[in-house]
Amino acid sequence: MIADPRLRWALLLGGLLYLVLGILSLEVNWSRAAEGWERGLRFFGGFLQLDVGRRWGAIQQGLLESLTMTVTATATGILLSLPVGLGAARNLSPAPLYLLCRALIAVSRSLQEIIVAILFVAMVGFGPLAGFLTLSFATIGFLAKLLAEDIEDINEAQAEAVRATGASWWQVLNYGIQPQVMPRLIGLSLYRLDINFRESAVIGIVGAGGVGATLNTALDRYEYGTAAVILLLIIAIVLVTEYSSSWVRRWVR
Amino acid sequence: MKFESTEYALWRRRTPAAELLRWLAWLLAVLLFVLCWEAMTANQIWAFVWDAPRQAGDLFSRMVPPRWSYLDQLWRPLWDTINIATLGTGLGLIIAAPVGFLAARNTSPNALLIRPLALLMIVTSRSVNSLIWALLLVTILGPGLLAGVIAIALRSIGFIGKLLYEAIEEIDLKPVEAVRATGASPLQVLDYGIVPQILPAFAGIALFRWDINIRESTVLGLVGAGGIGLQLKASVDTLAWPRVTLIFLLILATVLISEWISAAVRQRLI
Repeated sequence: MIADPRLRWALLLGGLLYLVLGILSLEVNWSRAAEGWERGLRFFGGFLQLDVGRRWGAIQQGLLESLTMTVTATATGILLSLPVGLGAARNLSPAPLYLLCRALIAVSRSLQEIIVAILFVAMVGFGPLAGFLTLSFATIGFLAKLLAEDIEDINEAQAEAVRATGASWWQVLNYGIQPQVMPRLIGLSLYRLDINFRESAVIGIVGAGGVGATLNTALDRYEYGTAAVILLLIIAIVLVTEYSSSWVRRWVR
Repeated sequence: MKFESTEYALWRRRTPAAELLRWLAWLLAVLLFVLCWEAMTANQIWAFVWDAPRQAGDLFSRMVPPRWSYLDQLWRPLWDTINIATLGTGLGLIIAAPVGFLAARNTSPNALLIRPLALLMIVTSRSVNSLIWALLLVTILGPGLLAGVIAIALRSIGFIGKLLYEAIEEIDLKPVEAVRATGASPLQVLDYGIVPQILPAFAGIALFRWDINIRESTVLGLVGAGGIGLQLKASVDTLAWPRVTLIFLLILATVLISEWISAAVRQRLI
């Protein structure tokens, strides 16, 4: 792949040097890490004796928040990303609108969910509403970008044919463009539903509601049995959403 | 069919039954949304929300200008962050490569026991966010960079393993057959028949994941796993918003640069 042997060796050497430097800068607290074995075993013990009873109310509340947050934020995100996606499609919108929508998408995509969540928590206070706003915002960047790219890739002939019948802008959109992008839009929305649930389990760490906060509390109290229950529930829900969404996607296509 | 009536049938895209079904589906969707919204906002204190625009303005006025002098204290955490991402990706690659081979249908030694186990590993790793892995590891190993590195590695295994085993399942079987026909041992078949075919894909996946890992490692410090996220948490907790702005800007710059590096290297490799 790299033709010049000197460059190859230099790269290899540089890589090794970096590895040494990087590992040296880890500053591992070995005594604490050694203690970790025992803690780790206790954590795995938590999987063997799941503690459902003690914190079931909190777990339920957390999961309910995560799930409702996911559903509402995905729906709102889709609705909001439709106009943004249309605006960000080069073949549909005028240049100023195009740039504005692209800028919005770029901002939403480059900020991580957890950072956005910190800001929203500071604005609307702790709770699932901040999480809802975060996930909606993140959904816009994801869906609008892919929708815009999809619209730019459509078969122009079909839109042209509809336009030739004297259709208005809305009618062109409805009959010329929408049928072409709909299957992929549905697929992407379901995929985003998946992602939103995964994220909703995390943003609770900074106070934006959801099961992440419950998990954080459980771990802070070293209640490994409860933490294990929450983890298993998260994995189970992720698996269910992933498989059902991939099933629906195959069915739509 | 009668055509003598003066009213002609209007063209319809769907049959009336299909139309009705669609309306019902929409109704159910709206109902679900409303129910979820009600459940979500049951404990919401709306006074905070109506106050949000003022709070946002207030927050913004506190956030600018960023405290540039704080930058001097951020280089070391940034170096740690990059180390977490890079070492974590490396560790993830080392673990994920064998897992990928064990999970691929055409290279797995045992389809009944080992393949499902490898798939289970991939699925578990993928369903848990790296922040949650970090949360666990911090309680087990204590706060520090090591927890971050392992968290990134654990999250990467599933991603790399999945893409890798899909790449392995798509290889061309003819070279494999040819190597086997020379009387090569299974390991030699792997080495000369399969590995050269997937190496470009492997490099691409590794770079892609490294890029994502840089992004994720910037916030791992929020749960104590080292890096620039630690500074972020300290600044947010003490409401030092000018510092927070600076950290955000630095994270943004790091993410953009890593994206650029990964794209540039990938282009030269593939």
